[in-house]
Amino acid sequence: MIERTPILDIVTQLILLLGLVIALVPLWLVVVAASLNLQEVNTSPLPLLPGSHLIENLVSVWQRGDLGWKLFNSMLVATLVAAGKVFIAALTAFAIVFFRWPLRMLAFWAIFVTLMLPLEVRIVPTYAVAANALGPLQTILEVTGLARLWQLATGVELALEWNLLNSYTGLVLPLVATATGTFLYRQYFLTIPDELVEAARMDGAGPLRFFRDILLPLSRTNMAALATIMFLYAWNQYLWPLLVTTDRANYGTAVMQLRQLIPSMFSEPEWNIAMAGTLIVMAPPLLVVMLMQRWFVRGLVATEK
Amino acid sequence: MADITLRALRKSYGGNEVVKGVDLSVPARSFLVILGPSGCGKSTLLRMIAGLEEITSGELTIGGERMNDKEPRERHCAMVFQNYALYPHMTVARNIAYPLEVAGVPRALRERRVRETAASVGLADYLERKPGQLSGGQRQRVAMARAMIREPRVFLFDEPLSNLDATLRVQMRLELRRLHQRLGVTSVLVTHDQTEAMTMADLLVVMNGGRIEQAGTPLEVYGRPASRFVASFIGTPPMNLVEAEIAPSGRLHTELGPLPIAVERIASGPVLLGVRPEHVLLATGPDNADLELPLELVEELGATRILHARLDGRGFAVATAPGLPFPPGATLLLRLDPSQLHLFGRADGRRIDAGLVRIGEQVPVAPTEAVAVPFR
Ligand SMILES: Nc1ncnc2c1ncn2[C@@H]1O[C@H](COP(=O)(O)OP(=O)(O)OP(=O)(O)O)[C@@H](O)[C@H]1O
Ligand SMILES: [Mg+2]
Repeated sequence: MIERTPILDIVTQLILLLGLVIALVPLWLVVVAASLNLQEVNTSPLPLLPGSHLIENLVSVWQRGDLGWKLFNSMLVATLVAAGKVFIAALTAFAIVFFRWPLRMLAFWAIFVTLMLPLEVRIVPTYAVAANALGPLQTILEVTGLARLWQLATGVELALEWNLLNSYTGLVLPLVATATGTFLYRQYFLTIPDELVEAARMDGAGPLRFFRDILLPLSRTNMAALATIMFLYAWNQYLWPLLVTTDRANYGTAVMQLRQLIPSMFSEPEWNIAMAGTLIVMAPPLLVVMLMQRWFVRGLVATEK
Repeated sequence: MADITLRALRKSYGGNEVVKGVDLSVPARSFLVILGPSGCGKSTLLRMIAGLEEITSGELTIGGERMNDKEPRERHCAMVFQNYALYPHMTVARNIAYPLEVAGVPRALRERRVRETAASVGLADYLERKPGQLSGGQRQRVAMARAMIREPRVFLFDEPLSNLDATLRVQMRLELRRLHQRLGVTSVLVTHDQTEAMTMADLLVVMNGGRIEQAGTPLEVYGRPASRFVASFIGTPPMNLVEAEIAPSGRLHTELGPLPIAVERIASGPVLLGVRPEHVLLATGPDNADLELPLELVEELGATRILHARLDGRGFAVATAPGLPFPPGATLLLRLDPSQLHLFGRADGRRIDAGLVRIGEQVPVAPTEAVAVPFR
């Protein structure tokens, strides 16, 4: 736009600025609170300028919350979720967009429906499955009578069990199995000209070759975008990790730990410590966003020509 | 270098038949051009040869071998697409090398072949660029090089020049021909541009509505169009077509009045009389004029001049040498050469081969360049 609209320019700038302030004030308060001591943080109103206890609070919360280990857990889970998601989403979208097979539309809709059933909605059945991942199979075998047949044949009762509680698998898998990424990829794959697909066929490239040599490199930016989103999504998970881990010391995540730091009615109101923890827990995703930003934005707004 | 034969080739999408039985044989080393209006099924036909589109029925052989169920790569065809279909993330060098890469050719050999091929199409200096940094003509060359590097048995082109500007198109047309002469690879090119078709083809096929209207050399197709459709599709301006009746006496009565021309060997009935603009002569005077038409406008093309007469809302074009200025509204006195007239059945549009003679003359007159009194 080369129009000259000085007044409008100023107004838009002001609106932007206002938005920025609204977004930043809570963050600022976190920083301020994290740098005060117990007494200062409980004065009302809260001071608007940071105090001098930031490092001290950070060290204290790091030790008290075992944040090193918790951050490692979170990092591992979020990275696995993001990677698994990118991988599965790319493959499913590939199958849905580039192949004609009988149950294609059914598969498409089945995936689509999971979009409407986020983890929170199906948390009870998901928990049941996590408690015994082979449970559904066992049920099928029992209903069809195959389990009895097995028992008659071998004399051993068939009881399949694969417990995912208190494991990284249990933390990761249910978060990976959703449809969001598939859709991002599908939309992108649909923009790939047919000619390109056909050129690859003429050049003798089979489907996997095409996927590896052409689709994956072309969707780098989408991958970065999806990975970032999924990393944040997994990092911020609270309910599911809470359910699936009882062994908090070993499998607890940073966000769960953060909840522990928030003072309750009966404990000392150590908001400064809680806020220092917040700062630490929020740092890794922030870093990921900053590092991925260039890719991320390109992946969301534009497709490479 | 393989010959291609199509036998009763058909293609349907659901119940919708778009290629309706095509029989054609393309000799090895020849350059076939398929010409037709948009939607006539020419791309579909090409893609069936390439293996990108399944063949509903009929048989396709390349080099004598049945190809119906072969994968594209087993047919040893290379294709150049309308939008070039270059891989945007690969350099020019890798784009060109990709077919060899897939085929597992060792790197050193691959690189040598890429350099040779790129040099032969004038791309030697662009090997490290991405397709996005090339002009349309250069991209076209990359697509060509990628097709050439595999030394295919057949080249397939789907409107390869239609995205280029006019000058470049003429240039690339010549280059394609040169390439064909040099390599001698059987080529099939699809286009809806008749100039392209006429200039490039050894064998020209005109398609319409999923069928072949005519196949022959460009001159045959131009000189003896097999149907009304071909007649009006090829030639700029297209052939003039006038409704006419053959009287029982054999005389031609057109919608513009009776002509002193008789048709031999044909039963009387309704026909279409066709004459190409360049075969309409200007009469020397009212006495020897066959037609009198009001002049509507004049197009100067430099080497020729097109006079457009009006005829019931349709045009009637006459191509002449540039010469006297014609005032608008003048009446054109035109003379027809019976040997250059075409007859088509009015109902089926097929060509009718008949002897046409000027009444009172035994032999058809040779065309005369008469421009003396072009109007009165
Ligand atoms: N995948 C498809 N499904 C259904 N109909 C199709 C499909 N592809 C092409 N058609 C139809 O087949 C007909 C022929 O298409 P085709 O692409 O061969 O035309 P064309 O002669 O190449 O035209 P153009 O000059 O516009 O490229 C068209 O009517 C088109 O609508
Ligand atoms: Mg086409």
